[in-house]
Amino acid sequence: MVAYISRRLAQSVVVVFVMSALVFAGVYAIGNPIDILINPQADQAEIERATEALGLDQPLPLQYWTFVSNAFTGELGRSFSSNVPAIDLILQRMPATVELAFSAMVMAIVLGLPLGLWAGLRPETKVAKTIMAGSILGFSLPTFWVGLMLIMIFSVWLGWLPPTGRGETVNVLGVEVSFLTADGLRHLFMPALNLALFKLALLIRLTRAGTREAMVQDYVRFARAKGVPERRIVRVHVLKNIMIPIVTVIGLEFGSVIAFAIVTETIFAWPGMGKLLIDSINVLDRPVIVAYLLVIVVMFVFINLAVDLLYTALDPRVRLTGARA
Amino acid sequence: MSVVATPAPPAAPAAAAAAPRREIIASFARSRLALAALLVLCAIILAAVFAGVISPQNPYNLAELDILDAKLPPGGKSDDGKTYWLGTDEQGRDMLSGILYGLRISLGVGVVSTLLALTIGMAIGLFAGYAGGWIDAAIMRIVDLQLSFPSILIALVLLAVLGQGVDKIVIALVTVQWAYYARTVRSAALVEKRKEYVDAAVCLAYRPWRIIYRHILPNCLPPLIVVATVQVAHAIALEATLSFLGLGMPITSPSLGLLISNGYTHLLSGRYWMSFFPGVALLVTIVAINLVGDHLRDVLNPRLQT
Repeated sequence: MVAYISRRLAQSVVVVFVMSALVFAGVYAIGNPIDILINPQADQAEIERATEALGLDQPLPLQYWTFVSNAFTGELGRSFSSNVPAIDLILQRMPATVELAFSAMVMAIVLGLPLGLWAGLRPETKVAKTIMAGSILGFSLPTFWVGLMLIMIFSVWLGWLPPTGRGETVNVLGVEVSFLTADGLRHLFMPALNLALFKLALLIRLTRAGTREAMVQDYVRFARAKGVPERRIVRVHVLKNIMIPIVTVIGLEFGSVIAFAIVTETIFAWPGMGKLLIDSINVLDRPVIVAYLLVIVVMFVFINLAVDLLYTALDPRVRLTGARA
Repeated sequence: MSVVATPAPPAAPAAAAAAPRREIIASFARSRLALAALLVLCAIILAAVFAGVISPQNPYNLAELDILDAKLPPGGKSDDGKTYWLGTDEQGRDMLSGILYGLRISLGVGVVSTLLALTIGMAIGLFAGYAGGWIDAAIMRIVDLQLSFPSILIALVLLAVLGQGVDKIVIALVTVQWAYYARTVRSAALVEKRKEYVDAAVCLAYRPWRIIYRHILPNCLPPLIVVATVQVAHAIALEATLSFLGLGMPITSPSLGLLISNGYTHLLSGRYWMSFFPGVALLVTIVAINLVGDHLRDVLNPRLQT
């Protein structure tokens, strides 16, 4: 088990390094930042001074080296446009994104598991078919368009919910959160629902497929033969077995929720990391782009690692294969 | 077909890999939903291909636009009696024509990028599966690494680096998709590789590429077809999203995503039709493709056939 964990840790470190090199090389190949960041009317001396100040006159490998050594001390360069450390900008925006992602995930789980279970247990009923048709819709609806339509219905036509922003926030342990005020909740609801739709559809389908496969297994048949009540079969025998893939997917999807938050945040002007990324791409504010990507890479690697370890804890079969390898 | 007419046991699961074309067609006829989806999809493809013929105006010929007709609601009439069934945008462009032309761009980008990704991913996956050993391990590590990041993130970064353009977005979509095919075909190839007909081909001293492409590949196709169908929808949705964020198609090739994005600014003032109808077109396209893909999966999946 220790060997398995340490091997996974080593892999994760390698991934972070490879990704950081790719991200850096990629992002630093975009155009010439001098043209964008410095006033076109500036004279040559002014341009040279600014180039040197930003370190853009160094050769690329040297720029990367500076970047990596600085990254270890949490110094990921200053934003070109606001001259604030890039990492501060990101960290400042992170709670908003994490809050949004969590709310979306909770919505998806709370609705998706029961609906999927229902559809899996009675696949031939009308309700089940409606649920499945709905899930296909959830998969097919382009997220950004649903967001626009939500704004149109709830903000423009009905005037119930505010279309943009985060609303009133409360400071909890130094972090601003929206979900504790009524105003914040009103702001949170639409973006969270928008972000949850796709995951909801995924969870419904996953749960249904798992349930259908589990219901024809021998252990369910034996439990039935033994006279175990149907409710207990579902709760103990079926649910326990389908939870393994579901927990994995929930974990893995959390990362993708944070990535898809880019779109949702742009639509609802939710002041999170994703909106920051899009704004930075539009003005080619490269330190912020690089810092965002590195933060995301580290988050992803961490999430994947956590899911893998959780998986091992949940499913003894994985542990055995891992020990033998 | 060299199958001798022996009565098969009634409950024997049909071999999915050998599900003949006729059976797939018959199964579409049995499911009303799937048939409807297939018909809608055909209609959409025809509409996109013949956009230039069937649309009421050429939305990108400025001579045909009348600025006085700008921002008309659906069903609005112009002075010379023309009716704009889906309204007009801020330049007096007929939305219906814009959507038909946009559909063509969206479908084109989706299909082209999927075919390219399919070809590349298939070649890499087959190679990995057949070669095995460290080559296989190395390729699959790359695939795993890529699949552990959401496609939208990879595409965003690529487009931030490459800039805008139709070619750039195809590159981004191919980069995002190839790994799915590589993994699908590899796992199928691993199963096929152990079968006897491959042994037989090896004994006949066929060259490896011939065994890979003539013997193994045709048997790996069913799962690939399913993945490819669904991926076209995925590619179209992704392109629309990127265009909406302002990082996809250039203004000269207005895909559905770009139309929605243009209408976004008018949404808050109640002019819903500029984003609503392109979105509906996008939605119907994606739903139709997904339903057809779903049905294909059910037909081709041996585990559900009992």
